This record gives sequence, C-alpha cells and structure tokens, in this order.
Amino acid sequence: MPTWVQLVYLGCAVCFVLALKGLSGPRTARLGNLVGAGGAVVAVTVPFLYLELDHVPQMLAAIAVGSGVGVVGARKVQMTQMPQMVALFNGVGGGAAALVALLELQHMGAGTPAFDLVATAFTIVVGSVSFAGSAITFAKLQELMTSRPVVFPGLPVAFAAALLGGVGLSVLVVLEASLALGVVLALVGLALGVLLVLPVGGADVPIVISLLNAFTGLTVAAGGYVLGSVVLLVGGTLVGAAGTFLTLLMARAMGRSVANILFGALRGGSTLGAGEASDRPVRSSGPEDVAILLAYADRVIVVPGYGLAVAQAQHTLRELVELLLARGAKVDYAIHPVAGRMPGHMNVLLAEAQVPYEQLAEMDDINGEFKQTDVVLVVGANDVVNPAARTTPSAPIYGMPILDVDQARQVVFLKRSMRPGFAGIENELLFDPRTTLLFGDAKDSLAKLLAAVKSL
Amino acid sequence: MSEGVVWLTIFVLSVFVGTEVISKVSSTLHTPLMSGANAIHGIILLGAVIVTGTTESTVALVVGLVAIVLAAINMVGGFVVTDRMLQMFSRRKPRPAPAERTER
Repeated sequence: MPTWVQLVYLGCAVCFVLALKGLSGPRTARLGNLVGAGGAVVAVTVPFLYLELDHVPQMLAAIAVGSGVGVVGARKVQMTQMPQMVALFNGVGGGAAALVALLELQHMGAGTPAFDLVATAFTIVVGSVSFAGSAITFAKLQELMTSRPVVFPGLPVAFAAALLGGVGLSVLVVLEASLALGVVLALVGLALGVLLVLPVGGADVPIVISLLNAFTGLTVAAGGYVLGSVVLLVGGTLVGAAGTFLTLLMARAMGRSVANILFGALRGGSTLGAGEASDRPVRSSGPEDVAILLAYADRVIVVPGYGLAVAQAQHTLRELVELLLARGAKVDYAIHPVAGRMPGHMNVLLAEAQVPYEQLAEMDDINGEFKQTDVVLVVGANDVVNPAARTTPSAPIYGMPILDVDQARQVVFLKRSMRPGFAGIENELLFDPRTTLLFGDAKDSLAKLLAAVKSL
Repeated sequence: MSEGVVWLTIFVLSVFVGTEVISKVSSTLHTPLMSGANAIHGIILLGAVIVTGTTESTVALVVGLVAIVLAAINMVGGFVVTDRMLQMFSRRKPRPAPAERTER
C-alpha cells in the first residue's frame, strides 16, 4: 500500500474521532457529523484510485443503489420513527460486515494465521446477530409484531444451544477455514440474534439497538483487522467503544442493568405487565375545566411523551405553552432522559416543532420544582411519571428515575384511553385525587384547550 | 514490535479514545450520537469494495455487490438522517431572542 494511501486513511480515522467528539456537544454536532461523512466518503474513494479493481461499473452501480435507498429512507422517515430507522441502518451494516467476512473466508486456508480466522469467525457470527436482532427490533418498534416480551418455554434452552453452537462452529471455522462452515455459522448467528431480542420488552428495545450498534462496530473492527485496513479497525472500534459506553449510560438512566434488560423476561416474567385497561374510577373533565386550571396557574410544567409525537401535536402544544407564557405563567417542558422511544428522542421531536431549547429542562434540574408547581400537564407520557418506579419492587420499571410529577398540586393527563404505557403497567397516579384526566387524541385535546384558554 | 501487536495497540488506544470523546455527552444528544456512530460503522463499505473488486467467481461477485448495497445504505443513510436530526436543533438559532433575555 503506497504511503500516501496510508496517510489518507490515517486522516479519515482522525475524521471519525473528530466526528464523535463533535457529536457529543450541541454546538459542534452538525459539523462533527459532516466531518465524519467527509472522512467516510474519502476513505471509500481511495481504493478506486490506487488498486487495480475489477467490476468497477457494477460496484459503482451498487453504491449508487445503496446510497439512493439510504438517502430516500433518511429523508422520508418521520422523526417519531427514528429509532426504527437507526435499527435498520445498523442491521444492514452488520449484514454487510458478515458477508464481507464470508467472502474473505473463501480465500483462507491452512496457511492463514489463526487470529485472522478468529476475527473472521467473530465478524460472521456477530454481524449476523446484529442483522437479525436489528430486524426484530425494527419489527417491534414498527409494530409489525407485538412490542411485548416474547417468551416461550424452550427459549432459554434454545438460546443456550444457539450460543454454544455459535462458539463451537467458530472454533471449527478457525481449525478448518471452510466456507460451508462459515455459512452455517452465519445462520446460527441469525438465530441467535432473533432469540436475543425476542424476550426484550418494547420499552427496552432502544437499549438493544444501542448494544447491537456497538456489536456492529466491533465486527467492522474485526473485519478491518482481517483486511489489513486501519480505517475500518479504528472506525469500528470507536463505534464499538462509544456504543458500549452509550448503552451503559442509557441503562443507568433507566435504572437497570444491561443484563436485566436482555434476560429479565427469561428469569421471571417480571417485565410482563398487566397490559389490560383498568376499570377503576378516575376523575375526568372536559377541556373547559382544564383550561381554567391552566389559565390561572402561576407555575406550569409540561411533561411530553411519545403519545404527543404519535398524535403529531408538538406544534399545538407549543402554541398552548406560548399562550400561557404570554398570560404571565412560568412554563417549562420537563424532559425525561428516555422520553420518546429512545434517549434524547423527545428533544429531537420538540426541536422539530421549534420549541426553544431554553424551555427544555432535564430531569435532574427540574425534579426539585414540582413541589412548587400548580399544574403539571402530562401529554402522552406514562411510564416516566409512574410512581411505581419508586414504590413497587415487582414493577418492570422499578428503580428507574422518574419525574416527580406526583409532588405537584394538580396533575392533568391527556390520554387517549386507560391503556397502560409502553412498559405495560398501571399508573397509580391516574387514580390520585389530585389528578384530572382529559381523554381524547392529544392533538385534538390540545386544540380544544388552546381555544378554551384563548376565550378566557 | 510484531505486526499483530501494532494492530492490538491501535485497537486498545481506539477503545479509550472512543469512550473518552463521548464521555460528557448530554442525554439530549443521545439519539443523534447513536445515529452518527451508526453511520461511521458504515465504513464497512470500504471493506466490501476491496473484497468485491478482487473477486473472481460470479457468486462471490453477487454476494459482494449485495454487501456493497447494504453498507452504502448504512453509511449514506446514516449520515443523512443524522444531519436531518441535527438540522432541527440548530434551526432555531436565527430566531430573535425574547426582549427580556437580551440583557443577559
């Protein structure tokens, strides 16, 4: 490899470091992403310049097709569906890594160093896990299948068998380096990915996406080692390390361990919530009454949840908040770290509706203020304000830090129905005497509230 | 230093860099960060190109082209979608700040 090529690759690797660095700060994030994209484009261009490659027209066509699909998907996707999109992009990356490793395997034989074969086997199996696991997370989030944990009696045994099979076949691939074994290994990896994600409940799926993202990073790193490519090694390892770190951060924000998230449902079914609507009495009122509550409150905190985004009601909510601000109330949005379907998802959704950044308060900053708050308006959120996280050790969300909405003087829930949240557990706060419910589609309810407050 | 150890060194140092650079990220940016990191591993496209460009059999070529399509979706789609998200964060900067806040 010519020296200039190696230096360009080094520059691309530095771009990836700068990209991650940039992405972790609000002001530098966009530039960071562009730097990463630039590095990636340059790195992919280089082999066309210095290697005598065959099949160039076909490869360019394939790149064009993939890029086209990627761009259209990225442009068309709704912000509410972002977690699915990330899962999908991650899965195809894992699949690509596994295919690349399979192609490498056919050139390998008795003379290949053992560690190259170990890395190849690792890429095949983990890439396949990432592909299949991401496909299941996509299906769960897109509600193509149930978002509840899927557990069947033989599942732990099947999982253990697939795991052992994966390890055993990997050893065989290292000893033998046969393509047929590699294909079987890939199939076992696919099964393993499915079995890994099936028992994970919908609310925990984002953590799994993050984990699979780290997996794909590591497979790309291993692939880079096999191909002798520094950019792949560095880029993949960066993502593997950052992804693992991010997974742990998110798990901590939910007050759970990663092991508990992955295997909790296998141990005791504790993540299986009620899932049924309760018929206990609640206090519900019409928009006019709620409007009076809001209009004469000095301190209001809004807790937005995924339901808000599903109803596409962010803009109406912003109008209502602006109206209350104009009437002299102090209003903030309280953002739980895992509000939405993915950590930080709610910030993206509200940013889309042009809610000023200063009005978004993070959980730790605002939790002390609920005591002095007249009205909390909970729009389409449930699990992140459920006191069961503090009081009920058997609840799947037990230990998750929540917004202390129950300490406010009045709580108003805008809900479509009494159906429990994503975690599938009932919320005691709904039955509290200080709680008022306003049933209906979030957008519709907010529009009625807006009109009612205006007319006061 | 043997070549294997050089690779191991790069790997270990990259692990530390990867954790260090994002250690102070606020939860606000978790989604774009995850999506951006996701796009970076789309660099497997480079590997797919090198492998496919040096292959002889038709079956291998087809498999390689599939890998290229998948990797390109990952890389290009990942960066574009991340940019789209981040665009929303920066879009409100040009808005004039409310009068009472300007004196800060």
